Amino acid sequence: MTSFTLNGKKVTAASEPDTPLLWVIRDELNLKGTKFGCGIAQCGACTIHVDGVPARACQIELKSVAGKTIKTIEALGTPAKPHPLQAAWIKADVPQCGYCQSGQLMAASALLAKNKNPTDAQIDAAMSGNICRCGTYPRIRAAIKDAAATIRKG
Amino acid sequence: MTNFNRRNFLKGSGATASGLLLGVTLPESAKAAGTLYTPNAWVHIADDNVITLLSARSEMGQGVYTSMPMLIAEELGVDIKKIRVAIAPPGAVYTNALLGAQITGGSTSVRDGWEKLRIAGAQVREMLVAAAAAKWNIPADKLKAVDGVVTGPGGKRATYGALAADASKLKVPEKPTLKAAKDFTIIGKRVKRLDTPAKTFGTAEFGIDVTLPGMLYASLEQCAVIGGKVKSFDAAKAKSMPGVVDVVQIPDGIAVVAKSYWQAKKARDTLRVEWDEGAAAAFSSASMMDGIRKASADPASKVIPIGKPVGNVAGASAVKTIKAEYTMPHQAHATLEPQNFTADWNNGKPILIGPTQFQQGVAGAASAALGVKPEDLTLKTTFLGGGFGRRLELDFVVQAAMISKAVGKPVKLIWSREDDMTHDFYRPLGLNQIEAGVDAAGIPVSLKHKITSQSVTQRAFGLPKDTLDPFMAEAAVAAYEIPNTQHDLVIHDTGHRVGYWRAVSHNMNAFANESFMDELAKNAGKDPYAFRMDLLKTKPRFANVLKLAAEKAGWGKPLAAGRARGIALMEGYDTYMAQVAEVSVTNGKVKVHRVTVAADMGQIVNPDIVEAQIQSSVNFGITAALKSSITIEKGRVQQTNFDNYEVLRMDESPAIDIVLVKSIEKPGGIGEPGTAVVGPAIANAVAQLTGKRVRSLPITRKDLA
Repeated sequence: MTSFTLNGKKVTAASEPDTPLLWVIRDELNLKGTKFGCGIAQCGACTIHVDGVPARACQIELKSVAGKTIKTIEALGTPAKPHPLQAAWIKADVPQCGYCQSGQLMAASALLAKNKNPTDAQIDAAMSGNICRCGTYPRIRAAIKDAAATIRKG
Repeated sequence: MTNFNRRNFLKGSGATASGLLLGVTLPESAKAAGTLYTPNAWVHIADDNVITLLSARSEMGQGVYTSMPMLIAEELGVDIKKIRVAIAPPGAVYTNALLGAQITGGSTSVRDGWEKLRIAGAQVREMLVAAAAAKWNIPADKLKAVDGVVTGPGGKRATYGALAADASKLKVPEKPTLKAAKDFTIIGKRVKRLDTPAKTFGTAEFGIDVTLPGMLYASLEQCAVIGGKVKSFDAAKAKSMPGVVDVVQIPDGIAVVAKSYWQAKKARDTLRVEWDEGAAAAFSSASMMDGIRKASADPASKVIPIGKPVGNVAGASAVKTIKAEYTMPHQAHATLEPQNFTADWNNGKPILIGPTQFQQGVAGAASAALGVKPEDLTLKTTFLGGGFGRRLELDFVVQAAMISKAVGKPVKLIWSREDDMTHDFYRPLGLNQIEAGVDAAGIPVSLKHKITSQSVTQRAFGLPKDTLDPFMAEAAVAAYEIPNTQHDLVIHDTGHRVGYWRAVSHNMNAFANESFMDELAKNAGKDPYAFRMDLLKTKPRFANVLKLAAEKAGWGKPLAAGRARGIALMEGYDTYMAQVAEVSVTNGKVKVHRVTVAADMGQIVNPDIVEAQIQSSVNFGITAALKSSITIEKGRVQQTNFDNYEVLRMDESPAIDIVLVKSIEKPGGIGEPGTAVVGPAIANAVAQLTGKRVRSLPITRKDLA
């Protein structure tokens, strides 16, 4: 049994300790927003926050998150109270197939938590680990800038 | 190749011959709280006024979840923001007339739905109005149907929900009146995508997210050589591992079934399987390309004409002959959601849930594999985490169905990325050989283009040998006015498994044609843009997009040092498109800074989705032009994941400028053409900048060393 905090709630997972956190979150704890894309930290579809830092859930063994704080797309915002990035995503109609977008949003939200006015180069550095096979990159970039402006305005 | 040919071909193929006339039942997701009324196959109205519009096309990113309902809603008279959307079940009524089956592909959704869905919406509107007219005893032409309500003189008012029961008993009008384009209030507008919120809050359900009560998970070991068969296997270790419920053999391999995916995958990795790899174990990319070259040169090969020759190529009087040869590698679809499907054997009434581009194919293939009648099978289509042609295939569906039957429980089969990369249906190898005769001014007087490649349609739909595969001849005949032309096709089966891949043969053929135009322009000492324009005097839609792209890109204007532009032009899917790519090369690595796209696709249903599809298709094409390729050694695909099959990332993605032509011509498709046009635009820019003509994609450091 491994206990940790998931989206503000204390949870205990029974999966084998070496199970990647990705599959614990998806299959045992039934939060499906975090996606499986590659299993080797190449695509970013499974990006979550561990103690506020973006991480690839496919590479994290369950046992290593004991006592840690995990945040997934399900806690980033809600339709009633969206994160500024989610509001910007909707405004720009960023997603196409949508499969990578949870990971994109988690990567982008970690960036904006540290840097409210990222340059193109900083956006590239923070986001280039996240593949979008549909190529929504122009809209992701624009929406990050839009959300950053919203955050700066307070 | 014309749509007429495609349509006729597939109509006669196995795709429709199986004749899967399933009853139309509404998916669970579409059911409203109230009683359900079904005025026709596209519109469901409940008496609590919940209106559900069906999309018979799968949502894989291209926006049909929004664009299909827009076409219905325009004529039905409902607020697009208030309706629900459901993806249609298998049904003959949902056949894509351009492809002859219930298929999402070929950039056909809007082209097929353009009249059909507006008519469906108008039919229901007229039925609702007729029901109100009868109820109130007022002539129908005195009534209005707007925003879900029928109103009439004297303050008469009834919601669609209140009228639906009566309306559904009326005869469906055959020829309802459609709006004139000037009266459109939804079509042509930047309507927000209806699937964006779910995809932004992580709640959209993809195939991989499906959960059924008591569901198990499967991981399938397949032969590294595609098509190889199990000789023997040892699953003792796997069966002893935590969570493993069963290990079953199916025709494609050995499936470990467990209580979680990770348990199934870990146990699968301990399987010991001896394979009969078959003849394919001898294949390599080099040997297969060699086979294609030999087939092209072999006088015994059947040469299939593409269209009728124009003039007489042999008799043209040229002062010089220019020849070039272009090749293309295999490519993987690499949808970001790995292949998966969920199947519940359900005691012989199977339920299948997952991402597919081919509903009738699922019903046909799965029912045959399971030995049940198609009408006993239920299919629910989820969102697709990318399609690009991969989910036209049915391998993973049949696998999931057979595993579920073997264990008698609901099973979700999930492929690993490695499974996906090494067991795709790959874009075929291509060889395009072009020879032109030019006059003293360098203007082409004759052009001969021979395409040698592998037919997907022979494999997928049983196209007879030695007949034209229209999906190999797309954009083979370019627009340029050349008095003597001949286009030929040689079909060679390399034995490797091939599939339809975004933009299909447009990729090879446009790359060859448009690279070659630049080679001719260089020979003539002319500007590539001006050279093309001179050959497009009677092709106004082509000339117009070429001019628009050149103007918007600042063609001919000075660029920053170390940069150059390249231009390319194509018609595909009834869409005319030109692109200008602006590139630089650093240490042999090409960077695309900006791509300017001009497109004339006739009537536009949703300009924002069109722009998104252009951005998408351009970026997809850049991956194939500069980054990815699939290679085969000893029958094994060498690439396994995104570390060795690299795709475009944010830091490499260019600015994309788009010019759309306003038009009321019939709509063209937009999901694919951009993928085919960007490759030659980049190659032409690279040649302009470096003087090196690269005739094989992707362009790598090796090419520019």
